[in-house]
Amino acid sequence: METDRHILPPLFHQYEIGDAYDEMFDGDGASRSHYQSIFQLLMQFTPDEFQRRKSAADVSFLNQGITFTVYGNDEGTERIFPYDLLPRILTRDEWDTIERGLVQRITALNQFLKDIYHEGHILNDKIVPRDLIYSCKYYRRQMRGVHVPNNVYVTVVGTDLIRLPSGEFVVLEDNLRVPSGVSYMLANRQVMKYVFPRIFGAYGVRPIDDYGQALLSTLRALSPKRRDDPNIVLLTPGVYNSAYFEHTYLARQMGIKLVEGRDLLVHDNVLYMRTTAGLKRVDVIYRRVDDDFLDPLVFRSDSILGVPGLLNVYRAGNVALANAIGTGVADDKAVYSYVPDIIRYYMGEDPILNNVETYRMNEDTARRHALDHLDLLVVKAVGESGGYGMMIGPHSTAGEREEFRRRVEADPRNYIAQPTIALSRAPCLFDSGVEARSVDLRPYILYDGDRVNIVPGGLTRVALKRGSLVVNSSQGGGSKDTWVLNQ
Amino acid sequence: MMLSRVADTLYWLSRYLERAEHTARLLDLQLHLMLDQTDANPGARWERMLANIHLDSALVPVDDPYDITHSLTFDVANDSSILACISAARENARHVREQISSEMWEQLNRLYFQIKSSNIDLIWNDQPHEFFGSVKEGVHLFQGITDSTMSNGEGWRFIQVGRYIERASMIARLVDVHYRYFGIANLHETVKTSFLEWVGLLKACTAYEAYCKVYTANLRPATIAEFLILNAEFPHTLRFSVDRIYEALQAIANTTESKRAKHVNRLAGRLDAMLDYGQVDEIVTGGLHQFLEEIQMQCTHIHNAITSAYIVYPADEFVS
Repeated sequence: METDRHILPPLFHQYEIGDAYDEMFDGDGASRSHYQSIFQLLMQFTPDEFQRRKSAADVSFLNQGITFTVYGNDEGTERIFPYDLLPRILTRDEWDTIERGLVQRITALNQFLKDIYHEGHILNDKIVPRDLIYSCKYYRRQMRGVHVPNNVYVTVVGTDLIRLPSGEFVVLEDNLRVPSGVSYMLANRQVMKYVFPRIFGAYGVRPIDDYGQALLSTLRALSPKRRDDPNIVLLTPGVYNSAYFEHTYLARQMGIKLVEGRDLLVHDNVLYMRTTAGLKRVDVIYRRVDDDFLDPLVFRSDSILGVPGLLNVYRAGNVALANAIGTGVADDKAVYSYVPDIIRYYMGEDPILNNVETYRMNEDTARRHALDHLDLLVVKAVGESGGYGMMIGPHSTAGEREEFRRRVEADPRNYIAQPTIALSRAPCLFDSGVEARSVDLRPYILYDGDRVNIVPGGLTRVALKRGSLVVNSSQGGGSKDTWVLNQ
Repeated sequence: MMLSRVADTLYWLSRYLERAEHTARLLDLQLHLMLDQTDANPGARWERMLANIHLDSALVPVDDPYDITHSLTFDVANDSSILACISAARENARHVREQISSEMWEQLNRLYFQIKSSNIDLIWNDQPHEFFGSVKEGVHLFQGITDSTMSNGEGWRFIQVGRYIERASMIARLVDVHYRYFGIANLHETVKTSFLEWVGLLKACTAYEAYCKVYTANLRPATIAEFLILNAEFPHTLRFSVDRIYEALQAIANTTESKRAKHVNRLAGRLDAMLDYGQVDEIVTGGLHQFLEEIQMQCTHIHNAITSAYIVYPADEFVS
């Protein structure tokens, strides 16, 4: 069906198709073929019907307990996470490229991590500067020469992809430490199936519901070999952590114990959890605690979230950690800029998914260029995430630009700059109708040493504020379900 | 087998709730007794009440019922206050949120907000009975929801142990304070003076009606003590509580197969036997006060033994 670009249905009267890639409409304002059915559905819906489905979705989120607790005035009341009801749809071909690209990237990054903590070939061959690695704030010298089970450094990865105006997917950042958000991916799907059963069924969407099981078998594969029935636990920083809901959710999905540091202890280089029946040996930890807090004897000594002696147990090969310690090196945004070279070095292939063009501030020409164009660029601190420590040039004030110039000049190693990219936009449903909002995509990748397993889709994050480019949930972002089609 | 921390948290969650309900019941009763003009000394009555909940009357002003009621209901600086206990219970529940049912969490949350949204003037000038009644009901509802929405497994057993250890110590204290004040002379004679105070003792254990069914409304110090200490069927008696403690601890020992369970179960079993085979005359002859002190002591020992068997123990017992 052709839709005249000037006569979008009333629900779309606020919808703007700008310079960014639009997930639903092509440049002429016609609905892309894989969005056709959703588009028709939207045209038939009355506002009442939307409200009805929206409340059904709210109830479903509440009943699943997908909430976060609000402190302060509304103490103890539980609220649901912001989400959007319209799915983000990816075709089979689009997904195929993403999947192959991520398999390549994760395989290369895992080899890179093994290499820099052992022989350091890539450093000797001067592909990646040695000083860049050793000055990285996530580099853990304690991991030098440590053998990790199956040589798996990164078990769970959440890679952030964005889509350029051309429609090409590129990697914005890798999250190789403790990526979160997968529970919202699963929850969004549950709700969509419940609220739009017929259209969901008709679309032929690839399932994601086996994530819990896939994660469990990936963790199981890491267990020290002699253990037939490994005891796998999820280590949480505790109830005050903002992702605590996800920790309880995943522990329930996998049927494993949710433990805190104080439940664990080390005895004779073996890790145990304290149970009412006595001490029970722990073989694999899916840890949602950052490196710094894992072992107060080695890392931050003021941490009470970890387990004293854990690193020794790990070194002795008596426990597996997912992810390994020290994987954050690859999250450093300056190291990120070398990932295409890293892929070529280890895989002997060109990267399937490109990086966003990145200026390294420790290189003089790049820095001069960037400082001259601060009003056009995004400047980021290399070790920050979650939308913190960054400046978006076109949205910045002269004062902010001056501040960042000063910071970059004081510590160039700590900054990179990238062009400001118009993230692709997808339709979102508001009380006022359907509007376009910026989105990204975070697929969740599992790696057990033999196989890279990617759940089709992932978490599509949405900047719900009009005109915003920041999709992080800590900064007013929401999420929506991501459909990968069979055809 | 469950995490020690979780068991401990469930145990305390339950103790705090039991304590809150107890305080609500005693306050309700006190305010009710104040309405009747008798020759009883109201100051002494408040002092006994504070002794019942282990509060030093030097710390709380006993001369003003309004102040005491406020302190025991809403003052979070006072660990025994209803609000402090319910807050502590809710905090514990939050830490084991994934171990309890959503219904349990919601009820506890509701109860907390209900108390939090009230204040002393609201209840003092209106109907304190209604307020304290709703606190008691809120706790009862939580217990009912717990029994019907949580697996009656190990975690539930720890909740049972917590509730009944708290209850047993409180009943022992209550009876002890009362008999020390009113004496044990004329043990077998129907009470003539301070009639309301004896009724009050029974009501403090919600036991007045149950007592009457067994002994008629004929109130005698000996039968009242016999009922509150030795009756096996009424839920607010020492014997009933200790039976439940022993039962739950045996079930826990069977599930965990912990070798440390022996010591806990010996203590609980001995206390259970003391009450199963006790006779009120013997108890009085041996000294009622000493007997009740001993029970409270035993409850403390059992609590400590539970802690060192299941919660905090040296690293020498390993399970496969």
